[in-house]
Amino acid sequence: MYNGIKIIIGLLIFAALVTFPFYSKMGKATAKPDPKVDTPEIQKLAEKKCVEPKEFMKTEHMKMLNDWRDTVVREGNLIYVSSDGKKYTISLQNTCMNCHSNKKKFCDECHNYSAVIPYCWDCHIEPKENKT
Amino acid sequence: MSINRRQFLKIAGISTIVGLGGTTAVDLLQRNWLEAAQYSPNPKALTAKRWAMVVDVSKLKTEDDYKKIMDACHREHNVPDLGNPKDEIKWIWKETYEHAFPGQEHEYLAEGIKHKPFLVLCNHCDNPSCVRVCPTKATFKRKDGIVMMDMHRCIGCRFCMAACPFGARSFNWKDPRPFIKEENKEFPARMRGVVEKCTFCYERLAKGLKPACVEASNGALVFGDLKDPESEARKILRLNYTIRRKSELGTQPSVYYIIGGNDHA
Repeated sequence: MYNGIKIIIGLLIFAALVTFPFYSKMGKATAKPDPKVDTPEIQKLAEKKCVEPKEFMKTEHMKMLNDWRDTVVREGNLIYVSSDGKKYTISLQNTCMNCHSNKKKFCDECHNYSAVIPYCWDCHIEPKENKT
Repeated sequence: MSINRRQFLKIAGISTIVGLGGTTAVDLLQRNWLEAAQYSPNPKALTAKRWAMVVDVSKLKTEDDYKKIMDACHREHNVPDLGNPKDEIKWIWKETYEHAFPGQEHEYLAEGIKHKPFLVLCNHCDNPSCVRVCPTKATFKRKDGIVMMDMHRCIGCRFCMAACPFGARSFNWKDPRPFIKEENKEFPARMRGVVEKCTFCYERLAKGLKPACVEASNGALVFGDLKDPESEARKILRLNYTIRRKSELGTQPSVYYIIGGNDHA
């Protein structure tokens, strides 16, 4: 091979660099996301329940928020009737974040962990306590 | 191994049935709880068949009257003040007679009209040219006549701005967030690269409130249902001579103007 030694050394350096993130973190567990729902607003609630059960919200909140935004903007429906028959105003800023006033510990905790970048906050105004 | 036509048709038929049935079964199993969810409009919301506004210019006298109305809207909707007319974002603003009603002006126009500012905003046309050109349906006409903006869909192509004959639309050249004086936490802001305009306060109507400008106008702006002969707007339209901006273009604007005369008229 022409210039074989240089090519092989180059390849080795390349492989080392590419795999660096893997072996540098090998065996070390990354801190698990730990979203908090203990905001003062939630503490004050008599019944500490979200609009839908916790398990559902964990897996489906993104779909639900999508449905909410479409129905409120495009169809003008302001009221969401949950599976247990309760009525809620459809609003990210005024309903969701009213209770979950801890965006950093509630939203960002998992989104950062899973490298999800939702663009909600490009326009929507986040709760004040998280402005640093 | 070869199959004859009969066998082939059998297999094809059975696999079609299994295929169709299979997807239905999967759909049924995958159905999440959201299907049980229901949405409904707010029963307290103000509703109409055709929302419209009448601007009684003769009732707007001092600089303060205008400022109150424009500030009420811009505060309510987090409209930034960029301090530069090139980047300006405006939902409701002042315009001279000559610019608001081009073609109607003439050399000998009464001084009181010539230099009087006219409040202009999105006309929420019946035939909105902006809606026709929007490639993503980000701007659309609601059943009650409001020409709405869905910021989630806007890609910032600015076709609507080119199409609108009233200049009612503004483009966010910069991130508007740092330029909002005091944020209204109940209403979203916008991001760089979207077009925005007046939405006839759809969010207030849904709560049962009249638009912010109407509330702040002290009777100079009247909001009502054009299809309801007993509405306040129709009563005023019956009793006064009103004009609309550039009605010759056929977009059928829904904002009417009572020009009135001079103070001594």
